[in-house]
Amino acid sequence: MTDDPLSPEINLIEARGLFKVFGQSPMASVERLRQGTSRDELRESGSTAAVIDASFAVRRGEIFVVMGLSGSGKSTLIRLVNGLLDPTAGSLLVDGEDIAGLSPKQLRRVCQDKVSMVFQHFALFPHRTVLENAAYGLEVKRADKHERSARAREALAMVGLDGWEDYLPGELSGGMRQRVGLARALASGTEILLMDEAFSALDPLIRREMQDQLMDLQQRLGRTILFITHDLNEAMRLGDRIAMMRDGRIVQIGTAEQILNDPANDYVAQFVQDVDRARVLTAASIMEQPVALLGSGAGPRAAHKLMRENQLAHLFVVDRHRRLVGTVHEADVAEAVKRAHDDLTDIIDRSPATVQGSMTLAEILSDSAESSVPLAVINESGRLLGVIAKVTLLNALSDNGTVDAPDSGVDGLSGPHAESVAVPGTPTGPLVSAESMNSSGGDS
Amino acid sequence: MGPLDALPRLQVGDAFTSVVEWIEGNLPWLLDTIKTVLKWAVNQLDTGLTYIPVLVTILALAAIGWYLRSWAFGVYTLGGFVLIANMDMWDESMSSLALVIVASVCAMGIAVPLGVAGARSHNVSRIIRPLMDMMQTMPAFVYLIPTLFFFSIGVVSGVVATVVFAIPPGVRLTELGLRQVDGEMLEAGQAFGASPWQVLSRIQIPLALPTIMAGVNQVIMLSLSMVVIAGMVGAGGLGGVVYEGVTRLNLSKGFEGGLAVVILAIYLDRLTGALADRAPVARALRVRSAAE
Ligand SMILES: Nc1ncnc2c1ncn2[C@@H]1O[C@H](COP(=O)(O)OP(=O)(O)OP(=O)(O)O)[C@@H](O)[C@H]1O
Ligand SMILES: [Mg+2]
Repeated sequence: MTDDPLSPEINLIEARGLFKVFGQSPMASVERLRQGTSRDELRESGSTAAVIDASFAVRRGEIFVVMGLSGSGKSTLIRLVNGLLDPTAGSLLVDGEDIAGLSPKQLRRVCQDKVSMVFQHFALFPHRTVLENAAYGLEVKRADKHERSARAREALAMVGLDGWEDYLPGELSGGMRQRVGLARALASGTEILLMDEAFSALDPLIRREMQDQLMDLQQRLGRTILFITHDLNEAMRLGDRIAMMRDGRIVQIGTAEQILNDPANDYVAQFVQDVDRARVLTAASIMEQPVALLGSGAGPRAAHKLMRENQLAHLFVVDRHRRLVGTVHEADVAEAVKRAHDDLTDIIDRSPATVQGSMTLAEILSDSAESSVPLAVINESGRLLGVIAKVTLLNALSDNGTVDAPDSGVDGLSGPHAESVAVPGTPTGPLVSAESMNSSGGDS
Repeated sequence: MGPLDALPRLQVGDAFTSVVEWIEGNLPWLLDTIKTVLKWAVNQLDTGLTYIPVLVTILALAAIGWYLRSWAFGVYTLGGFVLIANMDMWDESMSSLALVIVASVCAMGIAVPLGVAGARSHNVSRIIRPLMDMMQTMPAFVYLIPTLFFFSIGVVSGVVATVVFAIPPGVRLTELGLRQVDGEMLEAGQAFGASPWQVLSRIQIPLALPTIMAGVNQVIMLSLSMVVIAGMVGAGGLGGVVYEGVTRLNLSKGFEGGLAVVILAIYLDRLTGALADRAPVARALRVRSAAE
């Protein structure tokens, strides 16, 4: 469950065996929890175990999402990181320094210089203008007036609020208020940003907009973000990695794809059931290695042989550097063989449908529908990384994970392998029968 | 013979007396300091207020009223204070005003820290509350006995009795105001590394200001209501006028003195109300309700 131990230069936040228990004699409760008492049993004795034995590491520059249902301890966890709450047991390193042992004064320094926070209900100061709100972190640090104002304005501009400096928060819409909250955190210049359900109070459209903006900012600024949400779609969109939390415990840590394709237990599986997979999974995560590739110098006979052996109706043609040249189709190849041509150049379809590995399934859906051959996944330099057949795409979109069902040994994390493509007996239906990939085997 | 008769008579009053006597015997320096400072403050303010030509003071008060509230209030102030001068109550009114101001400042000076302490700690709050209940319900006259004991007849006794009587709403409303501040505001302060003092002074108090100002208002009103009682112990001012009216059965004088108190009271009440409305938070609240 824990990440592999990485060096502190990589891990900006690192929790080891972290506990937080509310109630009388919390230490004794921790002992009981360690000895296997359940959270519910503990609750009967009047104590709430909000965080139980949590270990995780947040790497410098990543967005780490903590995800779980209401009451699972997310807010408590995030409040341990900036010292709003004291851990009952365990250690919590922020930039190599254990938060648990710090004096109030040292803790304030950490909050001023290293960690800032964005709140669910914005927590803006209503009596201060937008600019004064954004400058708050710097004011606490006693930065001089000019620097304060300059940096606050800069942060406000970053979130698209230039021109609103002199308004009061009460005059702004919800989305704008949270941008002020974000600007306040950005202006203070800390490397770590804690965001506790920062977008949950916003309506869906605004929320999306804010997510986009956050990802945009993150691209430019490269802060380290600990983001909390109970919305899995949000978690999957934003998170470089996601920690699933349940009843105070972290039950799985992994990338969106890992969690989606390989849930650690039923709880996680249930959770990911109704996630909008189309917006989460990327082309790269479901693409497969092509069964066979044709070198651009090969002739019609070689192509024909390869097609017959692999029962393919088409082939992808690549050059020496595996850059995609195009596709050739069975009928054209047969024709060329018949006429004893020794060159393929005339029959190569040089404009096959291609997609980037980072595109989401939603984005490649229509391309896939329009293309008679599988989509080619290429990188910036045109190198063929993999292919996505319609059946693969449809399987990935249905949440029961049939993608890698036929060959159970396949590791879901790295995407299914070639064999699953041409295996006979993949589910058939009207859409699938239109699939060109394994036609010659079936319909003759 | 009822069972209660078996209980020996508890000497509650005597116990209080011995506390008072102990203070007098052991803390004379404290009593002297209080006496000197208060006497000096009231006299300075009183002399200052009466030194300025009457018309100038009236115009200044009216201007303040107009500026902070409305032109109608300015007109009221003008008329009210002209009437006071016309009734020959000017000097008495100014010395009462001086007493009320000094007493209110002292009362708030004590009440705010107590309110802050109460808001920060439930234990402190548990101790303060019954004390405040007692101070508020104890008949005001009773305060006169120990104060006379300590400070003898004169304006200082008047001020001290007034302060004791006026403190409770100041403490209560300060504590209430601070407690009402949204916990998320405090968290936001802490999350950015603000010290407890920074949280208190830059977040909590500004946000609690409307409630604290309501406390100031009540303190001032209670102080004014003590003016007459203070007049009985020789604090002079309008209280003296009313007291004289009572003892000599001089109806017209008593009424005029009372009317002057009312004019002062309305002026101070509306003025503090206007001040509360000018607090940044009050402005923010108006902005929000206008937006919704
Ligand atoms: N100060 C506190 N005192 C006692 N119990 C607390 C305190 N704070 C949180 N808890 C309890 O700890 C548990 C976890 O709470 P927490 O707020 O961390 O959950 P959460 O995952 O953030 O939930 P939500 O999605 O509702 O915000 C809850 O059962 C809550 O009642
Ligand atoms: Mg929460």
